[in-house]
Order: sequence, then C-alpha cells, then structure tokens
Amino acid sequence: MPPSNAGLPGAPRLPVAGWGRYPRGTAEVWRPEKLSELRAALAAAAKPVLARGLGRAYGDAALNDGGSLLDLTRLNRMLAFDPQSASLRCEAGVTFAEVLETFVPRGFFPPVTPGTKFVTLGGALAADIHGKNHHRDSSISKHVVGFDLMGPEGEIKRCSREENSDLFWATLGGMGLTGVIVELELKLKHIESAYLEYESLALPDIDRVLEIFADYDRRYEYSVAWVDCAAGTKKLGRSIAMFANFASADRLRRQITDRPLILEARRPLKIPFDLPQFALNPRTIRAFNALYYFLHRRGTRDSLVDLERFFYPLDRLGNWNRLYGRRGFAQYQCVVPLAEGRAGLIELLEELKRSGIASGLAVLKQFGPQQGMLSFPIPGYTLAMDFAVQDGLGELMERFDRVVLKYGGRVYFAKDAFARAETVCQMYPNLEQWRAIKLSADPRRIFSSRLSRRLAIDPGAGER
Amino acid sequence: MNRVLFLGATSSIARALAFCFARDGARLYLAARDVGEAARIAADLSVRAGAYVCSGAFEATDYERHAELIGRAAAELGGLDGVALCFGTLGDHSHAARDADCARGLVAENFTAAVSFLTEAANYMAAQRSGFIIVLGSVAGDRGRAGNYVYGCAKGALALFAQGLRAHLARSGVYVLTVKLGLVDTRMTYGRGRSLLAMSPPTAARGIYAAWRRRAQVAYVPAFWRPVMAAVRIIPERIFKYARF
Repeated sequence: MPPSNAGLPGAPRLPVAGWGRYPRGTAEVWRPEKLSELRAALAAAAKPVLARGLGRAYGDAALNDGGSLLDLTRLNRMLAFDPQSASLRCEAGVTFAEVLETFVPRGFFPPVTPGTKFVTLGGALAADIHGKNHHRDSSISKHVVGFDLMGPEGEIKRCSREENSDLFWATLGGMGLTGVIVELELKLKHIESAYLEYESLALPDIDRVLEIFADYDRRYEYSVAWVDCAAGTKKLGRSIAMFANFASADRLRRQITDRPLILEARRPLKIPFDLPQFALNPRTIRAFNALYYFLHRRGTRDSLVDLERFFYPLDRLGNWNRLYGRRGFAQYQCVVPLAEGRAGLIELLEELKRSGIASGLAVLKQFGPQQGMLSFPIPGYTLAMDFAVQDGLGELMERFDRVVLKYGGRVYFAKDAFARAETVCQMYPNLEQWRAIKLSADPRRIFSSRLSRRLAIDPGAGER
Repeated sequence: MNRVLFLGATSSIARALAFCFARDGARLYLAARDVGEAARIAADLSVRAGAYVCSGAFEATDYERHAELIGRAAAELGGLDGVALCFGTLGDHSHAARDADCARGLVAENFTAAVSFLTEAANYMAAQRSGFIIVLGSVAGDRGRAGNYVYGCAKGALALFAQGLRAHLARSGVYVLTVKLGLVDTRMTYGRGRSLLAMSPPTAARGIYAAWRRRAQVAYVPAFWRPVMAAVRIIPERIFKYARF
C-alpha cells in the first residue's frame, strides 16, 4: 500500500506577499488537497510553519521567511448545513465568496463579513475579522460554534466555548499561531433579500460624524463612514456616512424583482499593470476626495443597493492593490476607546495633515462590545487609512502608534506592517495570558509568522 | 436527470466536474481510493448543490472488482446514465524512464485499469442502449516527448482506445467524449514550475462540461491546445526528437 501522503507534491519556494504587497518575502509553500496531505505537509514542512488562506491580510501576517506556509485554499469542502440553526460546518479554506454563492440564494448571509469576499473562513477566524455591523453583532468569533485545530504533531483538538475554551479564545484572533484551523462551524444569518435599504449622509466635520454614529447605529445593522482625510483643518474629519439594513422580500417584490435573493453575476475588471508611482500623489488624492465628497454631498435616503455593491465595492476591481504602484501599499488601522475617541481621532488626523502624506482611502466606524484575547476590536472608534508605501511612512505610523497608545487604543495585526514590539505589547494587555496558552498548545513553537517575530508576539518562536 | 459514476473522484478536476453535474441536478456516485476524502467531497457537493451524492471505495488496478463497482453505483443511484473516468497519475518520469517496474505501474494505472473499467462500463451501457462515457486524457498523449513519454503513451493509448470504443458503441446510442486536457493547476502539476498556461480546475471542468453538453467527440480543454498540438504533431520526427521538453 502507498503511504498516506502519496501524491503530496513537494513544496516550491515562492515569492509571497500580503495584499499590500509590502513587505515581500519568500517561503516554502505547501498546498495540501486532502486532510491526510495536510498532516503530511505539516510534518514535512520547514519550521517555523504557518497556515495561509488567500493572503488578504495587508502586511506580513501570512509571511514566513525562512520557514514554510500551508496554503489551505484547496481544503475548502463544505461538510454540513442545517437550515434550522443556520449552522454551516466546513473546512477552513472555504471563502466568503463561496458562502455567498451557495447560501445567498437560500436566504443566508455570513454573520460578519470583511470588506472583500476573497477571504477564507479560516483566515477570518485567525484574524477575528469584524465588519460594518460590529456595533451590533461584534466580530466573527461571536458566531463561531467551534472548530478543529491541528496541533504541532498533527493531532486534532476540538475547540469551542465548552471544550478547550482557552484554546478557542486564543485561536480566534490568534493569527494562526496556535495551530492550523482545519474545520469550523459558523452560524449564518437569515436574510430575505440580497439587497439593502441604504442611507448616506454628507457630514461636515468629525463631531457631526460621531453624533450621527451614536444616533443611527441604533437603527442600522451596518454602518461605516468614508473620511475625506485631505479636507482642510476646519473640515477635519468630514465624511460620507453610510448606513444600511437588509431589505425585506416584500419591498424587493414591490420595487425591483420577484426573485429577491438572486443577483446577476458580474465579471470583475482586472487592472493589467501597476499604476506608476506618481499617479496617486497628494494632489490627485485631494482632488479625488473632494470630487467624491462633492458627488455625495446630498446623500441618499432610502434607496436599495445590492449586497455586492454595498459590502464589496472594491472586489469589482480584481486586483486594486496594483493602483498603489510597484512599491505596494499599507493600511493603518487602529481603534481608540469610546471615552476619548474624539480627541484621539482628531489627533490622528492632525498628525496625518502635518506629515504631508496623503491617504488614498480612509474609513471610520464605531465598534461595539468584544470578547477574545488578541481580538482587535474594543468599544470605540476604528480608523483605517490606506497609504502608498513611500519615504516617511514608517515615521508617520510610529507617530500614529504613540497617539493610539496614549488613548489606550491598539492597531490591527491583519493590516499591520510597521508596528514595533514594545508598542504592541502595551496595546494588547492579554498578551501574557495568551502566550501561556500558546506555549502549552505549541511547546516547540513551530507555529510562527514574520509578523509574530517582528512584534515578538510569541518570543522565542522560530529561533532554533 | 443524470446518474453519473465518477472514478478517481478526489482529483480536483473530478471534483469540479462533479459540481457542474450536481448543480444541474444529477445524482452522483464518487468512487476513489481514499474513501474518507470521497465522502468529504460528496458532503461538499450535497451542501453546495443540494444534490444526492454518495461515495465508495475504488482501486483502479483491482480489475476483478470493476464490474461490481458499476453494479453498486447503479443500485445506489437507481440506474446509471454515465461514467466519468478521472483517475490517473503523472508519476515520476525520470524514475519511470529507467525503472521497468515503475513504468509498468504507470501504464497500468493510467491505461490498463482504464481499459478494464471502460470495457465493463461499455457492456453495461450497450446493454441498456443509452448512456455516456467521459474519458479524461491529456495533450501529453498527442506526441511522445522525452520529458514524459511513459505517462504520455498511456494517455495516448487511452485516447486511441476511447476512439475505438466510440465506434463500437455508436450504434448502441452510447456517447463517448474524449477530453484532452492542457496544463491544469492540480496536485499533479503543483510545484513543477508555474506556467501562465495552467488553468484552474473549475475552469477546466467548465470546459469539459460544455463539451459534454454540446456532444463533442474529442475536446481539447482549453480549445487553443487543438491548433497547438496540431502544430506540434507536424514537426518532423528527426527534429522533434531533440526537443527539450
């Protein structure tokens, strides 16, 4: 009989980068297609090792120079679905795109979704992703029933709130450092239509934005604000705030279609080359932002928008990361606690203005309650700003970090490429407790990433 | 409604092709060496397509049990309208080129096993005077090359066998589709250098399914391989034998 790993191809060394294409690295990349191959790959892979999904984390969260990556995108089988409890059991490589394709026509939607559907569920759990409904439904961990975690020897541990609960909470948001999420069970939410009732408002300054969030977030499941970072000092934080609820089937039938759950498939546009570095400069960015604000200045009330357009507008541009040119881009996403959130946001936006660096896209949202050890959200305001990688960006982010730290906030591992170990350990007070759990789950510390080494999240890992 | 038996069902191309059938309401029996994996894929297709999909064990070179498998699948599905032969292995050519045992094994898995199974399947289909057979071949079978002629000859022979079978079954109303696949990004090709020509398994499957729906006889997937291979075939042997691929 052939051994159980028969057919497992060897692993080529490949160039690897996150979605921001900064930084770049290389790693031995294994791509198992069967459970037995996953176990064999984990045993054979160069250490340290890390599971990787679609690589949509922006920075170096799924990089592993000098080690190896387990590409789990082919382990994407859906194993069971119970329409009564809306509970889906599937492998970690299943993507949001696949969940949408399969379940939207049946009236179900992911309980929490990131801003792109090209994310695996395993990756979503590892980063404990949040969405535009965080103020109401928290992050994805709240909707995870349980998962199977493969440990360093290939053994499987079932983790849930009841079973191995320490490992459960250390893995959600644990950035893949506690093992490999192989299978998971997630509760989807019911929807009546694939459309949302949508309202947008143009808000002249940050005070107005926070006011509106406090009010509208009670009425809307989904909310987010696009911030014009290039606006003048008096208009600091001027925004287009967007709010939405899933529309009822009745409304769709009255106004648009008698098949409220069906959406036409659209082909994504591809960007065939990297935009030259000069295309996105402070001047064009300011002009673009001003134009965007101008076009949306009247806001919209009570219109219907399909879920693809509302949740995944950028997915229409297949590889929009090329817009930022060859050097790549980075996103700074932080959260500042509610109490002093306003002061924190203002200080951040002023730092940005002072730096002379322009952010191509910035969004603001209010977070609600959150559980989890290394999960990013805390009740407060989160601001995410995209930047082309350029000279002086590292210094700017350091200044941001100081502000965020001062206000008791934190940065998001899934986006980060610049933070420092000293800063991060102050931002995540549960880190010590998390390390103890990590160490008992992975005593030889074989699970590690470029991010975890840079930020010393798991000190000692990969240094053998 | 189609009732289809898949052999070698854990290959990513088979899985994707099975999904095309399942989505259109077919009932499927997935046969593979790794029963656990076949069961997971069956579960996946049931969830995604809401289709009736069952699975069972199959060892390509266990010739004595081929007829039995057809009976089992027909019993499970309440009849059998088609089979999709998707098993095959690329193997290690540099080893096969020097080791007779290894070469024989490759030919057995890619060709002899297929001949055995297809003969049983043809008997079944001819008796019911309807049905279809999909045979997954490869452009590697169109011309012997230094780089993979053992695998290539098995796939070439398989295409020849399918051609004969097509003629044999023509008057029984049984349809035989020979697919010649180009480079697909699968376990078989992973890590052997990336190629711009490689297509994803779902893309390959859509091509195969489209060929099946239009009742093509011999389909190159993707289609551009037909002229490419036509060109490759006319290169004179005295030159071609020195080609390095």
